[in-house]
Formats: sequence, C-alpha cells, structure tokens
Amino acid sequence: MSTAAVATPEPAPATSPRAFLDVRDLHVHFPTEDGLVRAVDGLSFSVERGKTLGIVGESGSGKSVTSLSILGLHKGTRAKITGEIWLDGVELVGMSNEDVRKLRGQQMAMVFQDPLSALHPFYTVGDQIIEGYRVHNKVNKATARKRAIEMLERVGIPTPNKRVDDYPHQFSGGMRQRAMIALALVCNPQLLIADEPTTALDVTVQAQILDLMKDLQKEFNSAIIIITHDLGVVAEVADDLVVMYGGKCVEDGTVEDIFYSPRMPYTWGLLSSMPRLDRLRQERLTPIPGTPPSLINVPSGCAFHPRCSYKSLVPGETCRTEVPQLAEIEGGHRTRCHLSKEDKERIWTEEVKPKL
Amino acid sequence: MFRYIIRRLIGVLILMVVISFITFLLFFAIPSNPAALSCGKGCTPTVIKATEHKMGIDEPILVQYGKYMKGLVTGRTFGEGTAVNKCPAPCLGFSFKTDQPVLGMITDAFPITLSISIGAFVLWIFFGISTGVISALKKGTIIDRVTMFVTLATVSLPSFFTGLMLLYFIVIKYGLMTFPSYVGFLDNPYDWAKNLLLPWITLAFLFAALYTRLTRANMLETMGEDYIRTARAKGLSERKVIFKHGLRAALTPIVTIAGLDLGGLLGGAVITESVFNFNGLGRLVVRSSTDLDLPVLVGVTVLAAFFIVMLNFLVDLLYAAIDPRVRLV
Repeated sequence: MSTAAVATPEPAPATSPRAFLDVRDLHVHFPTEDGLVRAVDGLSFSVERGKTLGIVGESGSGKSVTSLSILGLHKGTRAKITGEIWLDGVELVGMSNEDVRKLRGQQMAMVFQDPLSALHPFYTVGDQIIEGYRVHNKVNKATARKRAIEMLERVGIPTPNKRVDDYPHQFSGGMRQRAMIALALVCNPQLLIADEPTTALDVTVQAQILDLMKDLQKEFNSAIIIITHDLGVVAEVADDLVVMYGGKCVEDGTVEDIFYSPRMPYTWGLLSSMPRLDRLRQERLTPIPGTPPSLINVPSGCAFHPRCSYKSLVPGETCRTEVPQLAEIEGGHRTRCHLSKEDKERIWTEEVKPKL
Repeated sequence: MFRYIIRRLIGVLILMVVISFITFLLFFAIPSNPAALSCGKGCTPTVIKATEHKMGIDEPILVQYGKYMKGLVTGRTFGEGTAVNKCPAPCLGFSFKTDQPVLGMITDAFPITLSISIGAFVLWIFFGISTGVISALKKGTIIDRVTMFVTLATVSLPSFFTGLMLLYFIVIKYGLMTFPSYVGFLDNPYDWAKNLLLPWITLAFLFAALYTRLTRANMLETMGEDYIRTARAKGLSERKVIFKHGLRAALTPIVTIAGLDLGGLLGGAVITESVFNFNGLGRLVVRSSTDLDLPVLVGVTVLAAFFIVMLNFLVDLLYAAIDPRVRLV
C-alpha cells in the first residue's frame, strides 16, 4: 500500500479563464439560391457577468444574426453555424436544439426590437409572461401570475395588477418595450441580449428603458449584450464595444477606446455621421459614402475598401487583395485595418476628430 | 356589445326586405307568364285571367309585394268563395306548380341541405386545415410538393365529376355501398351518416383543397412573424410554438371564409344534391326557377340570403372573440 506511487496531484480542473459568455470564431452562413450569405464571418468576443457589451454596425452587418445564433434560434434552419459559443462553461453550438431550448428564457433571454410585433397580439401581456415563467419553473398559474405582476411592477408599469390582463395593443410603445423586458427577465437570466431595444421609441422613453436595463443589471448581475446602430445608446450603457462590418468585427475595445480614440475608417464614419448636440453645428453630417456590402459577394480584401477614403495611404493594392487581421493597437483595443498605426493616429487626431 | 347586436340584427332584417323585393322585381322582368304555363295547351284568355287572379299576379307589383309581406307576418287567405286556401303566418304562399304551401316545401328540403353542408363542412375543415399545417411545416419537402399538386388537381375537379366518379366506383362498380338516399338524422343516425357519406366527400373534396392552400399560406406567414421568434426565445417547445402561437393566429382569417362558405352552402348545394338525387334546397331552387314558381323562388332566395347574412354576422362576433384587437362598435 505504502509503496504505491505517490499519486500525482490531479491536474487542476481546467479553470480556463473563460469569460461568462465567450464567442470564438463564429461563422453563420446561409446557403441561398443566389449563393452563400456570409452573415457572420469569424466573429469573436466575450462578456463577463455584470458587464455590458455593445455591438454596433449598419443594417445587414450581422448583428442580429449573431444574437440569434447565441440563443440557438438558427437551429433547425438552413443556417450553417461553425465556431464556439461558450455560456457559463457550456458549449452551445454543438448542443442539441432541445437542450438549448431549456436554456432559452432561463439562462439567456432576449429583448427584441419592435415589441408590437414581437408580442403575440392574441394573448394578454400577463399570459405571455406567465407562459415564459412556467416553461422553466414548475409553479401553478396563480404563483406565475403573481410573478408576472411583480415583474411588470419591476419594469415600471403603473397599476400592474390591472395592466397584466391587457393585450399588447393596449400598451403604449414604451410600455410594450418594458413588458418585453419583463418577459425576458422573468426567469432571472444571466445573459440578456437586447436587439435594438430602443429603436422604435422616442428619446425620453429611450433613456428610461436604458436606465431600467442598467438598474436591472445591477440587481441581477447579468451580462448584457446590446445590439444597436445607435452609438448614443452604446455610449450610455456599454462597457465594451464591437464594431461590425460585413459580418466581421472591424474594431473592438472599451467604449472609451472607441469613442475617444477610434482607429478604423469605418468607425470614424459612424462617429462622423452621428449628430452631436454638445458641439457647434459647423457643417452637415458626413455620411459614409456607398452602401453596406452584399454578404454574398463580400468585397475582396478589406470589406470596407470600396467605401474607404484612406485606402490610397496603404501602399499597393493591399486593401483590395488582402483581408486585414484584427490587430491589437494597445491594451485590448483591436482594429482590422491595413493603415499603419501612425497613419491611424494622425488621421484621427488631425482630420476626423476636429470635424466631429 | 348588446347595442351592436341589435343594430346588426335590424340591418339583417332590412337586407331581407330588400332582397325579397329585388327577387320580386326580377321575376316580373322575365317575359313569361306563369299563369299561361300552368294551364297548358288550349288555354283561353279568360282562363289565364282567372289563373292570374288566383295566383295573385294580376295586381301591381307593389301591391303583390305588400300582400306577401303582410302574409309573412299575419298569414293570408288565397282564393275566394269555396276554393279558399288558408295560409297561416309566416305565410310564404303556395307553389304555383304544386299548390303546396311553400313553407312546408322549404322545411322538408332544408334538413337535407343542412345535413349535407354541416357534414361536409366538418370534413373539409378537418382535412383542409390539418394538411395545410403539415404542408406548411414541411415546406419544400416532398410531402409539401405532393400535397400542393393534389390540391391543385382537386380544386380543378368540379363536384359533379367527383360525385359521379364516387358513385360509379363505390356504388356501381364495386358495390361497396347502396345508392345513397336521404334518411333523417332523428330516424336513424347511423343510416343518416352512411347515406350522406358520399355527398359529404364530394363536397368536402372541393373545399378541403382550397382550405389546405389557405391554411398553408397563412401558416407560413405567421410562422415568420416576430412573435413566433419571441415564443421560441422563451424556450417554449416547438409543439406549443406551432399550435398555441402559430396556428391560433393563422386560423383567424380562415374563420371568416369558413363562415361565408357554410352560409353559401346552406342556401343549397345545387350540384351535389343533383348528383345524388337529394331533394334539398338547391334542387328546390333549380326546379322552381325553371317552373317560374315565384313563391318558392322568393322563399328559398330569402332563406339563402338569410343564412349568408346571419353567418356573416356570426363570423364578426366570433372574430371579435378570437382577436382582441377587434372591437365591435
């Protein structure tokens, strides 16, 4: 017995410093009759609990597709998903639809844009929340109803015990979005994805909804991904930011990095096209020339090159022929651009920033 | 709500008056004299005059119509002296052709039409909707393609064709059934269903195909709605997503069409009744129009119109019950 070899210590459980949500090299492709749509093409990001990640980009840059992939809502469709999505140490891409279904609503939930069409018109708001609660919690109707009223109160619906029996069309736009949030949060999900949560709302209501999400995040310590094309919204709530273009991340970093020292022509374009009230109105807003790329025939090289005004600064045809890598500028701030570090810094400080 | 119902019912009443009046007018626009037809060859003008008088068609049309309406409410007496024909309210008059009271003819024929329509309705709703749902959920697969082809084919097949084919193969060639003849439901429910089976299939065949396509189209549309995505995001099982969230919304427009179709059929399934030799309202209306039998024609027309209008009304009520966004005002 005593001669037994000294047991080598168990290899410490692979405490890979994996983030709460870790998306690695995600590809989502849709085969269509016109060709393969590369909606998301090699996207990686991570979010910790209690933190908020903003994903910004134009329509068709793959933002919503990404969020639907995390929820597994592309399973059973023709979408081809590769890569890894780790949620709390569990990999979701390879999981069966039935297993992911059990996580949906429970561990991860989603707030959709346009709550009028995202809520079922034939069921009361209360019934829809109750249904969401009872899928994952074995409770009777009365308990679930109490919970629904509590949630409606939590998101600031006045007289929730009456409004619980209203239909979505009887709610105002802001109240519908609150109800949508109540529905998403009813099972205390650890990950909340909000897809353009404030797009259909006027600015005062928009601010209320964002505050509400921040409050709830503090309370539940959940991770939030907020998807939007509105930079004002992400500046308000996000900690980190991913800028997407043509299905790829073109710049990521902290909100400060991206708002105060962006290093990528597309991000400059986004910032220049945003109205600012805190500056003198000197000129017209500068839109980004051209249109978002087709995801079937993504431009060769850097997907942004046909619209980029600085590509002549890169020697040769590199922008057109070579896909730039996501390269670190400093401390986790990365860009996907062939411009040299010096050029990027110079253009930003001398040309772009003064005009904002 | 209550006021809405009353208002609609008054509307129904007014519509009935208008329809009966138009039927009267149209009848007199026909350049033909039912009195001359009814007394046959070698008729003298005096006999025709007497017959016209007996039928009551020698008076101005408004007077006739007034009497008809009055008879409907208070009853009416036809003829004079010894040949008095009493007709208690609601009096629809007597057939020019057979001298039978019209009300009796209609109450005899109606159960047959009702039986055919209701049975066929149940069949086509069941098969139409279920195949429609399956087809939508299996969109693009071989099941869907076959279903769509078959429905296209059956929609194009007229019911006299399917009816005759069924009769030929099932009754005549293989003798699986005897020739159907109507048996009252209260007399013998089993024989009732057995005899009505072929007419039901014939009629349902046509409609089911239509409803399959309709259900499929609606279902495909609803399953693409945002609220279906929300339902999935909540973690509901696919069964619940499809039936509770998808089908519920997809069926709403079908309720409207189903109500109107049923209403239309209750006024007489002419071809099916003729193929199977069932004396329902449809055949009654065909016979009375070839015979220029005004009282029967008006009676059946008004009844048929009544069903359509009433079912339309019921559909509106039902719709408000199904879709909370619809408010009855």
